[in-house]
Amino acid sequence: MLNLLGEFIGELRVAGIPVSMSEHIDAARAVEVIDLSSRSLLKVTLAATLVKDGDHLAAFNTAFDVFFAVRSWESADELLGDEVRAGSDREGAPGTGAAGPGRARGGGTTSLSAQELSERLFRALMSGEMEALRAGASEAVSRYAGMEAGRPVGGTYYLYRTLRSLDIEALEQRLVEGTVRANADELAERIARDDARARIAQLKAEIEREIRERLVEDRGSQALAKSVRKPLPEDLDVMHANREEMAQLERALRPLSRKLAVRLARKRRRRRRGPVDLRHTVRRSLSTGGVPLDLRFKPPRPAKPEIFVIADVSGSVASFARFTLHLVHAISSQFSKVRSFVFVDGLDEVTRLFDGVEDPADAVARINAEADVIAFDGHSDYGRALTTFHDLYAKDLTKRSTVLILGDARNNYHQAHAELLADLRYRAKAVYWLNPEPTSYWNSGDSIVNLYAPYCDRVIECRTLRQLEAFVGELA
Amino acid sequence: MSALDPREELAQRLGLTSVPPVRFDSPAAVQKLLAENDYLSDEAIASVIYLADRLAKPVLVEGPAGTGKTALARAVAESIGARLIRLQCYEGLDESKALYEWNYRKQLLRIQAGRPEGARSEEWHDLEDDIFAEEFMLARPLLEAISASDPVVLLIDEVDRVELETEALMLEILSEYQVSIPELGTVRARQIPMVFLTSNNTRELSEALKRRCLYLYVGYPTVERERDIILSRVPGISSALAEQIARVVRSLRSLDLKKAPSVSETLDWARTLVVLGRDEIGDEDVTATLHILLKYQSDIARASKELLARSRPVA
Repeated sequence: MLNLLGEFIGELRVAGIPVSMSEHIDAARAVEVIDLSSRSLLKVTLAATLVKDGDHLAAFNTAFDVFFAVRSWESADELLGDEVRAGSDREGAPGTGAAGPGRARGGGTTSLSAQELSERLFRALMSGEMEALRAGASEAVSRYAGMEAGRPVGGTYYLYRTLRSLDIEALEQRLVEGTVRANADELAERIARDDARARIAQLKAEIEREIRERLVEDRGSQALAKSVRKPLPEDLDVMHANREEMAQLERALRPLSRKLAVRLARKRRRRRRGPVDLRHTVRRSLSTGGVPLDLRFKPPRPAKPEIFVIADVSGSVASFARFTLHLVHAISSQFSKVRSFVFVDGLDEVTRLFDGVEDPADAVARINAEADVIAFDGHSDYGRALTTFHDLYAKDLTKRSTVLILGDARNNYHQAHAELLADLRYRAKAVYWLNPEPTSYWNSGDSIVNLYAPYCDRVIECRTLRQLEAFVGELA
Repeated sequence: MSALDPREELAQRLGLTSVPPVRFDSPAAVQKLLAENDYLSDEAIASVIYLADRLAKPVLVEGPAGTGKTALARAVAESIGARLIRLQCYEGLDESKALYEWNYRKQLLRIQAGRPEGARSEEWHDLEDDIFAEEFMLARPLLEAISASDPVVLLIDEVDRVELETEALMLEILSEYQVSIPELGTVRARQIPMVFLTSNNTRELSEALKRRCLYLYVGYPTVERERDIILSRVPGISSALAEQIARVVRSLRSLDLKKAPSVSETLDWARTLVVLGRDEIGDEDVTATLHILLKYQSDIARASKELLARSRPVA
């Protein structure tokens, strides 16, 4: 067990979850005091001792399913070694616990017709019986996934294939119709739909688990762990996120910006103490007989920077720009002023969209519709954008302004106009360039970062939320 | 593996004469005890509580507001018949409010009262020993929990509100169950108290703190569990209505709202519907009572648009 635990923790660390030595020891101790025949108890135990952040639970669950598959629970005895065998009364338990899936596997070759299978799944979903659902999922995988031994895949393809053959949408529709009475009102219908969706999600999860377990049998835990490993939300590459990951990022952004704001506000308040507040100090000294034991200070008034954000919102980097705008505006109380500009080949100020809006996400969503950013052909033109910005807004820059430029500097072979950036640099306090591309891609093809770089205080690779948060935190 | 049982080891370190008995036999026992005290737990919650007791470690409970984190600590205290000592954290909380404070007024009084007329012979040394005795100390919640001789449960509520520096004050208690006071020496716990920390996750807690705790994430309950919670906490509600309420709330939580309805708000809503004498939820009821579940006008607007969309344009 200890070996297995060690390997499992190794996998968690590779996936990005920080597990310290003392947490490892805690887990080992905790495993000694629990009833190992229960898989779910082991899962909770390991989660409680190893994972200390709610956002990491998803990655933990994936790794756990791979390392401690339900199926291999049958052979738990040999897996766990002496510890379990010592408690003889537990001997029988692993067998019974795993009987459900075991049976299901045995029945994998039954001669159910496609219709019968679908019917069986439908009934399992309606009644909400996990056991029946599991058996159905197993059956569906045997029938439809067409799994081939030894292929180094993570199983998404098999999942897709199984779901398509099952015609999952039709199943969901049937569920809705099965629960809604005729002439039900809108609310009831909506609830039925949500309910159906939740059940279908359950079925999907069951199928995915089944596929994973078969893959584990085929290729072993460690090999599979590598294929199914998913980066933590804060480590996702913003530019290459798919739709689901994008939704994850959106969800991660709000708490992230809230935390950042709290942290910065605290830092600001505690950063330096102002001069001694005599009045307050004397008042305090009254309780110690006039001896000023407890000095009081005036709160400090550090200068807040002014921020100008100039963001490329053309297709390739749009999502990155949206995240940055969201983050900067979420902590706008940390700056004396934030002005935002977006461009493709024309440039438009979007600060007004953020005025009086409670949630920056709403404003960010409106940028696409309301900002006038396309002047010519809709391909990014950094030179043109800089020219417009320089003409209209350069006069507003002062020695307290920081300019942030977001973009990949892929200029579609237009003119660079780097000399304008030099002038902006001269007027402002600092110019930073955030590039969402990996450093190795810079200056390849039509990327002209090196033309602008000499006039920036720093050019920073910024691909993940973690990097973005670190940078914005430094800025304030 | 012949390592000492964690409880034995801790008892030895604290110099206790006997190892305090384990409070719960199994996760199932925890679940049962909590249920008797009107707290419906699930397997994860019960297991972590069991582990916390068995390993003598604090529990860090995290999750959205209003999912019963504080109620959990209260229910555990009730179920083991312990006194709940609560430290509510806030920004600016410091040592003198969390740990202990010297009662300097009383110390001053002692110095002045102890000076006999004419004779100035009192030894400074005696006096110093005297005024830094436990008698002149005001125990704040953390010290109180450590030095208590009756069974206690310590709840450090909303620990994410204190500054990083203050967090460090708690580390010694969390891992060693002792408090070091420079003038007095070390105060060790006389028993092994159960310790809960709750956090709403408004900021990252330090690694050091997290490492010392077991972590429990309490999210929104499943429809089934929420239904059971409603049934157990709202008298006179039918199970059909409870189920329906739980489902409506789940649908609401799936929307992108500023503040999703919490369990306590769900209970308020359920009570309202019972008072109104409803057996079933219709569109009008929801429209009329949505403000009990949602606290932002924009959320209410969005929810009525999403959930009750069709009824409007037709009318």
